[in-house]
Parts: sequence; structure tokens; C-alpha cells
Amino acid sequence: MSLIGNSVPRLEDEPLLRGKARFIDDLHMPGLLEAAFVRSPHAHALVRGIGKDAALALKGVHAVLVREDLMPHLRNEFMVVGLPSRDYKQDLNRPALAGDEAVYVGQPVAMVIADNRYIAEDAAALVEVDWEPLPAAADCKAALAAGAPTAHRRSPHNLLAEFPMGYGDVEAAFKSAAHSFKETFWQHRGGSHSIECRGTIAARDPHDERLTVWTSTQMPHAALRVLCDMLGRDEDSIRVVTPDVGGGFGPKLVFYPEDICVALAAIILERPVKWIEDRLEHFVATTQERDQYWDVEVAVNGEGRLLAIRGTLIHDHGAYTARGVNLPYNSAEQIAIGYELPAYRMNVQVALTNKVPVTPVRGAGHPQGVFVMERLLDRVARELRLDRAEVRRRNLVPASKMPYQTGVKNRGGMPVVLDTGDYLHCQEDALQRAGWSGFAQRQEAARKEGRYIGIGVANFVKGTGRGPFETVTVRIGPSGRIMVYTGAAAMGQSTKTMLAQIVADQLGGDMANVTVVAGDTGTVPTGMGGSNSRQAVLAGTSAHSAAVKVRAKLIRVASHLLEAGEGDLEIEGRSVHVKGVREMAVDLGKVASAVAGTAGYSLPGGVSPGLEAMESVVIDPMTYANGTAVAEVEVDIDTGGVRILKMVFVHDCGRILHPMVVDGQLIGGVAHGIGNALYEWMRYDEHGQPLVGTLGDYLLVTATEMPPVELAHHQSPTPLNPLGIKGVGECGVIPIAPAVLSAVEDALTPFNARITRTPMMPADIVGLVRKSA
Amino acid sequence: MKPAPFKYHAPGTIAEVVGLLDGLEDARVLAGGQSLMPMMNMRIVQPAHVVDINRVQGLSYIRREGDMLEIGAMTRQRDIEFSDVVKDTFPLMHEAVRHVGHRQTRNRGTLGGSLCQLDPSAELVAVAAAVDATVVVASKSGTRQIAFADFPLGLMSPAIEANELVTAVRFPLWKRGHGFAFEEFARRHGDFAVASAAVLLEMAQGRIVRASMTVGGLEARPQHLDVLLDGKPLSAAMFEEVAQACDRLEAMKDANVDAAYKKRVARAVLLRALEKAHGRVAKD
Amino acid sequence: MEESRRISVEVNGVAHQRDVSVRTTLVDFLRHELMLTGTHVGCEHGVCGACTVLVDGRSARSCLMLAVQADGASVTTIEGIAPSPSELHPLQQALREHHGLQCGFCTPGMVTTLVEFLRDCPNPTEHDVRVAISGNLCRCTGYQGIVDAVLKVAGNPAK
Repeated sequence: MSLIGNSVPRLEDEPLLRGKARFIDDLHMPGLLEAAFVRSPHAHALVRGIGKDAALALKGVHAVLVREDLMPHLRNEFMVVGLPSRDYKQDLNRPALAGDEAVYVGQPVAMVIADNRYIAEDAAALVEVDWEPLPAAADCKAALAAGAPTAHRRSPHNLLAEFPMGYGDVEAAFKSAAHSFKETFWQHRGGSHSIECRGTIAARDPHDERLTVWTSTQMPHAALRVLCDMLGRDEDSIRVVTPDVGGGFGPKLVFYPEDICVALAAIILERPVKWIEDRLEHFVATTQERDQYWDVEVAVNGEGRLLAIRGTLIHDHGAYTARGVNLPYNSAEQIAIGYELPAYRMNVQVALTNKVPVTPVRGAGHPQGVFVMERLLDRVARELRLDRAEVRRRNLVPASKMPYQTGVKNRGGMPVVLDTGDYLHCQEDALQRAGWSGFAQRQEAARKEGRYIGIGVANFVKGTGRGPFETVTVRIGPSGRIMVYTGAAAMGQSTKTMLAQIVADQLGGDMANVTVVAGDTGTVPTGMGGSNSRQAVLAGTSAHSAAVKVRAKLIRVASHLLEAGEGDLEIEGRSVHVKGVREMAVDLGKVASAVAGTAGYSLPGGVSPGLEAMESVVIDPMTYANGTAVAEVEVDIDTGGVRILKMVFVHDCGRILHPMVVDGQLIGGVAHGIGNALYEWMRYDEHGQPLVGTLGDYLLVTATEMPPVELAHHQSPTPLNPLGIKGVGECGVIPIAPAVLSAVEDALTPFNARITRTPMMPADIVGLVRKSA
Repeated sequence: MKPAPFKYHAPGTIAEVVGLLDGLEDARVLAGGQSLMPMMNMRIVQPAHVVDINRVQGLSYIRREGDMLEIGAMTRQRDIEFSDVVKDTFPLMHEAVRHVGHRQTRNRGTLGGSLCQLDPSAELVAVAAAVDATVVVASKSGTRQIAFADFPLGLMSPAIEANELVTAVRFPLWKRGHGFAFEEFARRHGDFAVASAAVLLEMAQGRIVRASMTVGGLEARPQHLDVLLDGKPLSAAMFEEVAQACDRLEAMKDANVDAAYKKRVARAVLLRALEKAHGRVAKD
Repeated sequence: MEESRRISVEVNGVAHQRDVSVRTTLVDFLRHELMLTGTHVGCEHGVCGACTVLVDGRSARSCLMLAVQADGASVTTIEGIAPSPSELHPLQQALREHHGLQCGFCTPGMVTTLVEFLRDCPNPTEHDVRVAISGNLCRCTGYQGIVDAVLKVAGNPAK
């Protein structure tokens, strides 16, 4: 019986349930010192001087490091941006510590290392920084206006990048269109707020100078590359190890100033050094997604079929190039994915602001593109007096056209081709489950009782499995244990279980015999880590491929040892036996020993030594998952409170590897999406000062805000990988804001409400009701 | 986020506490810790001395004395929540306390601590105002009583001196069978209220003989409504009068929402509370 | 100078006597003095619930308690929930079966909170369960798996 497709028990659970897991702050080692950072309280300021004396005088303080202290140990002072782009007009990579200018509240300018965090914080408060505040660029739109203060004083302006996206003759389409409508949107997402914040430990081996860095990261190999580049070391002299990670959601894929500073402190002080981010720091020092301003126009024919979309997008990038322009690129690209859009042009402007850099948070810019498209379709429906679902029916890429080449290219320059999926089928299923057709009656009945209920629908198609590869090694040793090593990173999404499932499926089916080591650069030479809902696709494919190869070799060697035909053998549990003759068996370990080499003896069957395979299967094109969300809400017009009565989510992620894990990913994503629709707002004032700094002000969805969620799955396997799987990690978030806010708007139809922003807070909803009065 | 250094004191009697508070400069009383500890962890407050009163005898009790319910300042919110006496004689408090934070915070949080914190949105503060409670305060010179109307001096500033300790709160009880309701609108379960309403009604022969309506969350202190409902049955016109009285209340803007919105919410929760309280009056 | 006190505290049935700095929080004491790292730090301002332990049987945010306040108390952490190294508590087992954890960082706080809850309220409705964990933040699961697990243990499975 295949393990694939079954909800097997997770390998991760036992230690996590018992409190025996090892997250970054759980690691203890002799001589470990702890760091705290001195951070800029200003959004933009010159650093005229830093006084260390008072801090150094405190008992238990080992060092106070500033930029000058780090420079002798750095070959490259700056973190090179992860995704370089020709569209960048300015080179603004992040330094380890700020030099003479700080450009966001929270930017680290000095590092205190002490016996423990308590003392380190005492000392950090004593470091005297002579600040000279400068004008700040706080809003991305205002930052692009003529005469706006520049986020960096040496920058000529705040336009960090600008690029068009599109195809087709947009002008002609608008000229000939029966109808065209304009909309303006403001969208804001927020931070990651994984319950575990960031953290890094570095220790230098005094004998061979090798540096080991443990870090709560999504991309250990990328971290390794940056460390090597900055420290001027070769790859062999640094090892990055990923402990258990308490959630990543995007920002943990970035390499941060604190990470290089911890490494440097360990080198300088010749002691292991730890830094654990606290929640206040997470608000100001970890990347996040923030504002986008969209000005768009849609052209349709008389039947509501899309002819063209054009417009501009202004995107808040933050103060430095931490990752790339992938976020606004994804947002703009998303418009052309999922519906048939004959012509398209979006001008994207990426603005510098004096805030912490913006990099992907679960969804990575795609939710914003989906919001725009779904709101435009709702607008078309309203103007043409069509059912909102009908407008979508008329425009969704039909299954008969798969694989469907859209007009856009992904960031690597490859055309975006939608591989498989029946989007209409998903929509119809979702609508039927939600009772869409009978809703008008229910709404009418509710209104008679003075209650305002509404329903909304949103579709999405999301590229997953971003390539080019993930590395997986499958190895069986003389112990008989199956070891899986991978550059993939686990952060809660059941990576280890997923890989063990795929490998065990080929090698005996006993998951307890599989150990997965993820995210240790000492065990695999290459790797890319977790992002873009990619690991099941890329790591899963490599794991499968490697396991298949190991299986073949296992059978071959066993056939020699058992003197039986390869076709007569099967692998079950921890041994290989002749079909129907269980006594004729050989343990996996025995087989491994047989190819481990004995001096003077040839290897059986003329095979190569060892029972292992390392695979980095290259898959360049992305595979496209899709889904439909239908939300039913009730709006309290007195308080603006929104209760989501029900959420239907129909989803297609290709072949499902582990149903329970998929469900969990989707529901977790739905929660995040609800947060983006109604609760999460990382607010700043006009000086770039964060107004939100605790979890009391930044509202994460709790169990009582979650609606009943009905999930349903369709499976359109993809031909792009042998398992036919698509990614799922981000999908839950993507359609939620437009589905919920379309429902709120629908509930407030008597008030002619128009919702053009997300999040919508209760006071904003009351504003819609009052406006009509 | 670790607290700055401080000197720690753990007195065992009220006399020791007030002695310490009288002699120490820059001391903070540590009760339930649910308000003080976050501020200390974030270093928003950095007291030189922390006087931990969790070991002081005689501050945790719920005692009925005739028409009065006296609750010791260190009584945990959880104990109030599960008290049969409170449920039986002071149902408004029973209903309100379940909105206070979460189980974990109510296990430690105290009545006295909440009142002294005087968060404008605090449910227990609104309830104390609704019944015109009396706060009992001890110092080296003895004890004194402060009418709750006089207790808030300003935003989060109670009318107690640095050398004084709140020891108990006395709540006048309403007649058995009275109508009560506590309503609030908060962003999520357990969050501080945007606005809250506490309503108490006594009726006889279908007419209101006594009414108390208090709105919390709009200003530094809860506000009573100045509408006289006495002697009349509850009518639609009366609801309208109450709504208008609510609209006349003061409201301060806060970082998130404007005053007009808060008042709108206040009006909504007040009318709901009035309706509910009316429905709960025991039939005579 | 760091002021310290000697405290006696029983944790998971084991008595400990230690000198602690008066400002050390209970969660830091458990994690770094007693090496019981199962209790996690998520916010240090009493909102996320990751640090929840049982103090004399009652759930409490250990980031909002000083270690010195636990002198003489009996504390139960996640490490003290399972009956033995080979068995899980029924709640832990149910969480596993219903995928009530993903990254696991909030899980210890959820478990201690729920152990108290099920003791006090053995027959909850779904709403009761959601209210019970409304003070515990999870960014991974969307809470459904946790709710399902609790209802199952309480003998009232949702499905």
C-alpha cells in the first residue's frame, strides 16, 4: 500500500508535543554569551558618534561593537541582495551595522555582548548614540513626489526601481471597449509574526577556525553564501545548521544584519554568541510586507469579457534592497494569471521609504494582485448587472485550453504557462457548497430582521514550486537506517514527514526507519530552502528520484546476495525478501554493508560503492495551483464588526501527498488571509515611526475569530514532476481578503458601499455606512 | 525584553506593605502582574523597588455583609468569576469578569490591580463605577475610603498616594431579581473593549424604580448617563432618550479610532445592554 | 548589583532549590536554569500564550511572573504532561491525530492551557474550546486541528 496520499502520522510531532524539540533559543553550550542590539529610534538620522564607555563599565559586559570594530573582519560589508535585478536604479544593500546614517526605526547600530540578555539590555541602554534626526520618507506614494525627503541622504531620489509589465495592444482595446471602469486601491499586508521570532548562534572552533552558525532560517545555503561572501571565507569553513523553526512565513528566508553580527562577534570574542530576537524587535527589525497603491482601469465588452487592464502600482520597498523586486513583480504578474486577459499593461514603481525592508510574507505579493483582479471583476458585475460568479465564469481560463500560455513572463524570463487545472469546476463546486444561488433569499430574510449578511467569491491561480531545484540525498548505511539529507528547510509545514513519506514509499514503507536532516549545509552541498510553496514539488521530486535510484541499487545488490531475480524481490519494512518467501530475506543494513567495501573483494554485481543517491532535479517552469474561496459574513452596522459565518475553500494542488497536512496548510493560510482582510495593520506615522509595536495592537486572528471552514479538493496532477504535485503552503491566504471584503460590500448593498482597500477595520466599515446617510 | 534591575520586597502583612511604601522612593506594587510585568519587560517602567504583595495575608476574600459585597484587593479575577456569591448577588460583575482578558490572565490578575491600573476600557473599572463602589485604602496613618466617582484622577491615575495600598473594594448590592447586563464591543475575544455598557434596573409593577447606566471606554473614567428613567415603564421613546444621552457623552480620540466612532459603538452596546437588562428583571 | 534570592520550587514533581536573580522571569528560570526548554517565549508581554505553564494547577503566563514568585509553588510545564517517556497524554495524542500542531512552537502553551480547561470543563462545546484557547496565538494551524483534538478528547468529536 502506498504511503503517498495518506495522512501518515508526522515524524515531527512527538518531540514537539513533549517540549523536547530544539528551537534556536533551546540550544545551550559552554561559554555562550548573549547579545542585544542598540537600534535606531529614528526613521532617518545621522549617527554623529557612539559612546561605549558607560556600557563597557557594566559588570558582565564583554564587548560593545560598532561598525569600525567589524570592518577588519569583513571582506564585504554589505549583504548582497538575494534576487539582483536590472531594474534596480540604486545599489542599496544592507550593511552589517549602520555607519554614519540610520534609515529605519529598528536599524541596528551597535551590538552589546554580555553574560546574559538581561545585562546586555542594561548595557544597550547605556550606549550613548549622538543622533541627528533627518527628514524621513514615510509613505511610498509621497516618497515619489518631487521634493520628497530622500530615504538615504546620498540618494538622488526614492525611486528604487521601475518596470513595466504587459503585452498586447492595451490602447486599442480601451478604444474599442464597450465599457471601461477605473478603480483605485490601497492594500496593506503586515508582518510574519511567526510565534517564534528570529535567532542566531555562532561558535568558532578554536582548533580549525571553522564557524558553525545555527539560525532560525528558511534558507541555510543562501545564508552560507552570504556569510562566506561577507567574511571572505570558503564554503568549507562555515557550516549553517537549522534547528527546529517555529514558523517562517517568508521573512526568515532573509539573511539579516544581526546574523552577520553574531558571526563576527563569535570570531572577535572567540566565544560562542547568541542573539534571540524579541517581539518588540520583530516589529521593527524583521522584514514585512506593507503598502501598495494601485490605480487601474479595466476594459470589457458588452458581455463582461475582459479586453484589457492597465494601470500603475506603487510599492513600498523599505529602506534597503533585502530580497529583490519580486514582490511587486508577483503582484503585477498575478493580474494576468487565471483569467483570460487579452491585453495588459502595469507600470510598477518601487519606492524607498525609511522603514524596515519589505520582503515576502506568505503569499508574496500574489494576494494583492488577486485582490485587484477580483475587485475589478466585482465592479464589472455591478456595472453590467451581472452575477459576480457569472462574470468570472465568462473570463476564467477554461480547462480545455490547458496548458495555457499567458502573456506574462516570470522573473526568470520564462513564459508563464498554466499547466493543469479546472478553475471553473472549482468555482462551481465552491458556489454550490456555499449555497450561492439561494443566498439572495437568505439575505432578504436577514434584512427583514435587521441583519446584514453578504456573500463574496474570489478565485486564484498561484505559481508554486519555484525552481530550479532542491537537493536531497537518500542514503542507507550499515545500520539499515534510511537517512535523508536535504537543503529544504522545515518550518512547520511537515517537510520531514513529506520527504520521509516519499522515500519510505520506495524503500520499505516504514517511516520510523527514516531520519530526515533538513537545512544543514554540512550534509548537502547545495540547496535552496523554503519559499514560494516549493518544497513538496522540488524537494519531493528530488527525494522521489533519489529514492528510486537507491531502490534500484538495493534490489540489484540484494538479488546478488539472495541469488534471486530482481523481479522476484520486494522491499518491506527494513528488509528485502523474495516475494512469497519471507525467510529469504536480507536486511537493508546488510545490503549497505555489502557495498561499503571490504579490502580486496569486488563489490557485488559490479555496482558502485555505497547505497545512496543525491538528486537535485531541475524543474524550471512553475506549476500552478488554484482555488476558489466563498465567504459569508454578517456585518454589525453599529459597530462595524464583521463575523465570518462560513468560509468555503475549494482547492486544487495537484496530487495530494498528505491530506491532513494539506488541510492544515490551507486553514492556516485562511487564518492569515482573514487577518489581512480585517485585523492586521502595521501602522506608521508620517515620520516613519511605528504606531504598532506589540501584539496587543497588532491583531493576529485567534480561535474565536475563525469561521467554520469547509474544504474541498480537486486534483489536477501536473506533468511537470513525476509525483504530479503542486505546492500548497501559501494558497490558503491568497483569495481570502477579496472574498471576505466582497461579502462585506455585498452585505452593505443598501448603503452603496464600495470597498477598495484591505484591511478594513470596523471604524472603516462604519464609515461606509455613515457615508451613505 | 527583560526588566531592568530592581530591589525586590515580599512583605507578608498590610502593615509591612504600607511601611515599605512609606519609606521607599520609586516603588511599584506588584499584584497580579498582568499589567505591570509587560511594562517592566518592555522597560516602559523601571521602578527602583518592586513590592510584591502576593504573599500578604488577608487581602483575598469575597464577603457579603448585608447589602454590601466586600472583595479583597488581591482577589484573583478567576475567583470572582467562579464565585457563587458573586453570581448570586452581583450578576453584573459575574457577566463582566468573563470579558476580562483570558483564563491565564484572570488566574493571576486581581481586582485591585485592575482598578489601580484604571485602563479606560477595563471592565472591572466600569462595573465599580456602575454601582458606585467604595475603594478602601490603607497607609501608615490608617485606612480611608474613596468613593469610586472620586477614584480616577485622570487617565490611568488613581487618587491614591505613593504610600497607600488599596486593600478592598465594597460594592453595594442591588435588590434580588434586579435586571443587569454588561455589553462590550472588542476586536477579538478578550481584548480591551472599544466601548462597554453596564446597566442595572430595578422594577416594580412594570415601572423602573431604579436605574444605573454606565458607559466605559470613551473617556479616562467611566461615565454615568444622566437620564432619569425612574417611575416609568421602559418604552421605545425611552430607548431613544437613552441613545441621545449617550450621544452627549464625552469621548476622547485614541490612536486607532476617532471619538465619533467610539460613541457610535457605545450607543449600540448601551442599547443592547438596556434591552438585555430589562429582559432579565425577575417577574414579580 | 543583581539582587538574588534562594527559591524552592517543585517543577513536574521534582524539587529544586536555586539562587535566582530577583528580576529573572519564571519562563527564563525554567528554560535556562532548569533547562526545561519546552516552555517557549513568544512575546514577553502576556499576549501570545506560548509561555503558559500551570502554577499550583492554574494556567499562568510565565513571562509575566518572576521566578521568585514561584518560591514554594508547584509548577507543571509541558515536560510534565505526558505520563511517561513511552506514552502521551490523551490530549497530546489527540493533537497528533488531528494535526493540531505544525511548527509546534505554540503547542506547549496550548497543552497546559487545555489540560487545565479540560479539568475544569470536561464537556465543552466547540465555542467553549475556542474561547478557552483565545489567549493562545497560533500562526500555523488556523486552530481547527486543535479544536478537533480537544473535542475528541472530551468525547464530543466534531466530525
